[in-house]
Amino acid sequence: MIPVLLIVIPLLSGLVSFMLKSSTGAKNWALFSSIITLIVSLIGLNLQKTSAYLQFDASWLPGLGSSFAVGLDGMSKILSFLTALSFPVIFVATYRDEYKNANNFYALMLLSQTGLMGVFLANDALLFYFFWELALIPVYFLCSIWGGEKRIQATFKFFIYTFVGSLLMLVGLIYIYLKTPEHSFSLKAFYGMNQRLSGHDQSWLFWLFFIAFAIKMPIFPFHTWQPDTYEQSPTAVTMVLSGIMVKMGLFGLLRWLGPVVATGTWVWGDTASALCIIGMIYASLIAMQQDDLKRLIAYSSIAHIGLMCLAIFATTQTGLQGVMIQMFNHGINIIGLWIVVDLIERQFHTRKISELGGLAQKAPSLAIMLVVVALANVALPLTNAFVGEFLMFSGVYSSDATKYNVVFTVVAGISIILSAIYTLNMIQKVFFGNTNALTANAKDIKLNEKIILAVIIVAILLIGVFPKPMLEMTKESVDVILAKMNIKL
Amino acid sequence: MPINYYIFLSVALFCIGVTGVLTRRNAIIIFMCIELMLNAVNLLLVAFSKMHHQAVGAAVPTAGIDGQIFVFFIMVVAAAEVSVGLAIIVMLYRNTHSVDVNFLNRLKH
Amino acid sequence: MLRSAFSVPRLAILMSNIVQLVWLVPVLPLIGFLINGLFRKSLSKSLTGIIGSGVILISFIISLLIFFQVKQEGFQPALVRLFDFITVGKLSIPFEFQVDQLSSLFLLIITGVGFLIHVYSTSYMHEEERQHFARYFAYLNLFVFSMLLLVLGSNYVILFIGWEGVGLCSYLLIGFWFKNIEYGNAAKKAFIMNRIGDLGFLIAIFWMISKFGSVGFAEVFSKTSTTSVAVLTGITLLLFVGATGKSAQIPLYTWLPDAMAGPTPVSALIHAATMVTAGIYMIARSNIMYTLAPVTQTVVAVTGVATAIFAATIALKQNDIKKVLAYSTVSQLGYMFLGLGVGAYTGAVFHVMTHAFFKALLFLGAGSVIHAMGGEQDIRKMGGLKKYLPVTQITFLLGCIAIAGIPPFSGFFSKDEILAGAYEKNPVYYVLGVAGALLTAYYMFRLYATTFLGKFRGTHDQEHHLHESPSAITIPLIVLAILSVIGGFVGIPEVFAKNAHALEHFLSPIFAQSKEIQEQHATGSSPELTLMVISVIVALAGAIYGWTRFSKKPELEDATGFRKVLANKWYVDELYDTIIVKPINALGKFLNNVFEKSIIDWIVNGIGRAVQYSSRQVRLIQSGQVGGYVLLMVIGIVILFLVEIFIKQ
Repeated sequence: MIPVLLIVIPLLSGLVSFMLKSSTGAKNWALFSSIITLIVSLIGLNLQKTSAYLQFDASWLPGLGSSFAVGLDGMSKILSFLTALSFPVIFVATYRDEYKNANNFYALMLLSQTGLMGVFLANDALLFYFFWELALIPVYFLCSIWGGEKRIQATFKFFIYTFVGSLLMLVGLIYIYLKTPEHSFSLKAFYGMNQRLSGHDQSWLFWLFFIAFAIKMPIFPFHTWQPDTYEQSPTAVTMVLSGIMVKMGLFGLLRWLGPVVATGTWVWGDTASALCIIGMIYASLIAMQQDDLKRLIAYSSIAHIGLMCLAIFATTQTGLQGVMIQMFNHGINIIGLWIVVDLIERQFHTRKISELGGLAQKAPSLAIMLVVVALANVALPLTNAFVGEFLMFSGVYSSDATKYNVVFTVVAGISIILSAIYTLNMIQKVFFGNTNALTANAKDIKLNEKIILAVIIVAILLIGVFPKPMLEMTKESVDVILAKMNIKL
Repeated sequence: MPINYYIFLSVALFCIGVTGVLTRRNAIIIFMCIELMLNAVNLLLVAFSKMHHQAVGAAVPTAGIDGQIFVFFIMVVAAAEVSVGLAIIVMLYRNTHSVDVNFLNRLKH
Repeated sequence: MLRSAFSVPRLAILMSNIVQLVWLVPVLPLIGFLINGLFRKSLSKSLTGIIGSGVILISFIISLLIFFQVKQEGFQPALVRLFDFITVGKLSIPFEFQVDQLSSLFLLIITGVGFLIHVYSTSYMHEEERQHFARYFAYLNLFVFSMLLLVLGSNYVILFIGWEGVGLCSYLLIGFWFKNIEYGNAAKKAFIMNRIGDLGFLIAIFWMISKFGSVGFAEVFSKTSTTSVAVLTGITLLLFVGATGKSAQIPLYTWLPDAMAGPTPVSALIHAATMVTAGIYMIARSNIMYTLAPVTQTVVAVTGVATAIFAATIALKQNDIKKVLAYSTVSQLGYMFLGLGVGAYTGAVFHVMTHAFFKALLFLGAGSVIHAMGGEQDIRKMGGLKKYLPVTQITFLLGCIAIAGIPPFSGFFSKDEILAGAYEKNPVYYVLGVAGALLTAYYMFRLYATTFLGKFRGTHDQEHHLHESPSAITIPLIVLAILSVIGGFVGIPEVFAKNAHALEHFLSPIFAQSKEIQEQHATGSSPELTLMVISVIVALAGAIYGWTRFSKKPELEDATGFRKVLANKWYVDELYDTIIVKPINALGKFLNNVFEKSIIDWIVNGIGRAVQYSSRQVRLIQSGQVGGYVLLMVIGIVILFLVEIFIKQ
């Protein structure tokens, strides 16, 4: 019941929002609906895993062997909770942003929430694909209608990129479907396929899926849509894209690729890991050169996602637990960063680092909050990202899946240093030093903004100090994934 | 008569039709060539129908009848096609004062 | 009711179990941090100062009580588990504190010196605005919290948390005056250089996890005897990389002199007395692994002695009062690493302690001078301050004598112990160490003489404002001076009195295993008394030469020739800039401007262009000629026929 509610509430309220007239009404309606979703999600979090409320299965397309099967396990819980939590945060944080045709804007936002929820909850491959596309389409419209100057170009690139990936994945899904003995799209049927598919099949199936997920995450060299799209999208959409949507790729890797095409994943793991690591260093080096805050964060996100992907290919318990917790952490942290960027952009109408400076004198609260979030971004101990990155690196180091574990750890570790460099550069140039003509009359943040950033900071510290509940929640999923991934032909 | 004769005849007719369609520019002649192709097929259908009937013998009186029914359908379709086609040709002539199909390159645009 | 809660027997129970309350020691500064940080705008300066210093004082008192309990015979190391931090599969990392001789000693140093510096700061930072004043104390409290976490952790991860935490506080405090871009750059440099070391530390932790399945001190050390030397060498070398970052050794030392951009009490607390000794603490804690990895020991000793000499040469020609002290800190840290490298663990820890006293004293004294001079740090513009700042002058002189290693001041005992250990291992270390001691004595007395003796060389305006600092500044100076003088007596060498080395006795459980192994390889006794005499004579010579040379005729002109190389710190910063920073930036620029745009995006857009191009070409077939379409159709049918007839079979 819970998973259905998580999908249906945003869907229905999104449709209702199309019909609303007033923009404030739409805003409040969206906020209200997202809070309801959050409450439902919280209830789901607290249910035992055996609870019947966590699974739902209804006949959907019986002729195709596909059913409307949705369910919440540890991994879905954590990601659906991230989705449910992010939307109200985003709505509150961007409450002061005014959009033309706000009812449509919020309706599309809620529809993309539906799609995201569906992706994380689906236990059926066709349903997964359906929601995968459903999440993409509203975002396409959101960017291309409410985006920046070069939005059409950027969105076009984004759409073509992700769509190519989706189609490759669809081919893979259908191939596997046809090979299942009972012609079924169900997760269970797919999980038995590792032993049935030949090594040769698995090789190319792996790449079909991996490219789709790699584009979404994104992994070098499939990443060039991301900085452009983040730069051009309205900040609320950027938050959705970077905070949640990139997790679709990681989630797909964990649920639909690793356990299903385990042998292929194992065979190509080293190559994919190498791509991840090149991407981490590459993106970090580029981030050091960025002058636009949004692009800087975009590249830093590429580096962080690369590490998560790397840890997945390491197939160790520590690594995967790290990925689980880090998927959530990355979402929170990057949304926090976007909120700060949005606040800066709204006040000064620029995102250029070189044009800002000395904000700490004028806006101390903003500076403190940014520093905390930025420190979480560089994985300082006792922030949430430390737990995740520590576990992931530790997992990569002790991995049996590759011969190059030490090399991988060391080279990927360099990105820790690089991330400190670009993050501190950014803090220094934006907040420290003397004020200039633009920032001389800067104002500090308002109460509602303080509250929302405080929520994020509390989450950062809470998970950073006491990550145990979250680790326990995902333990079971990790064990299942690991058991499947370790069966090699 | 062996079935081969029918086949060769209808193949010959069909090829004449195809060549006509490809080489002639006069719309009416092209039409006639199309009819020729249709009739080549009709001939073949009738011939095979007869052959099947003979092969089964009198035991099944309706054997092979569907081929002949098909011929009727084709004739009906051909008639309808001709009427529509001729109407188009008339319109073409009214517009271009010619029935040369090379003038019909509007599809390009 | 209240009264009964504090009745005598209960108090006694509490006292005997004071170790269980060890969590209070770090938590109190954390509370101080939160109060000062959150209410920085509403608290008055005096209240901020009281809270900031008060929490440290209470921590100090608890630490003292813990120390006395630890000191009792038969004390067993106590583990105080707070909660599970990370538990994944077989790996369990609890948030757990370990109280033993080593950690309790460090607790005393940190909270004791920390308290004095907090008190000192209440006066030194008084001219700051209220909220910045509170921010300063919040950072300082946070630092003490992190440092206590570092020494209390019962496993490498908790140690690492404190390790990075102190790095953060150091970053925040170096850049405390954030309007100044230079200071910000220094702060950034410190953080990044530390991070480079931290990467080594982290990899060592990962190695331990994969090798031992645990990061707890007890578990790891119990498995070392069955581990191959190669693995231990690897792990210890990586840990040492971490230590070179935090404790400012070659090649990662350049951040520490720049870190002097922070307020002077910060330099005293963080960049002299406590944080930079974290590396020594960590290696002393892991002593058994180092003892079992002789290659690493050699590396540590060589790095230490090289840093000691190298930094000392730079200090010879520095004119900024804080820079001289900074390089002398680097140099003294080098001695401590030399001690660790030659297996003189007690000596190294002893030197940490005495160094904390006299270096904090020297920095605070320097702060008092800078305060009096209105922010001036160049010693060429000082001179003759003796009569204006009597207390500062006396305490500073005592500090100089202590650091120079002249008996019976504290520095003598600890340095001597290290040098004796070095001689035992290899006389070359000893010779180099004594050479370093000569340089140390020389530049310290150069500093003293140039600053306090001779005539005043500043402006008339400055002279008018010269005054002795208030008691909040002088009292900590006096306390530290007393400690610098007598602090050495806890470690009187064997040659003077049998069993008088109280510190060695106290710390013996920590280093027992190492000692056992060392004794198997012992090469016999060294002529300790002779060595001691040599080093004292050398130090005295350096001190007297420095004093006489600079008290009358200070060095005012800019250095030339080789001296210029020293004054410019051997151009190491420039070297790093050329071989590391610039290439990385160039690479970043290349990737950003060329690779990303001209190659990757070119390929991506190229695919799009290829699609468009081919569609343009294919469009030509669509001529609009009906005949053409029909021809194509016929050709298609023919091809299908051919395929059907010839190929399908």
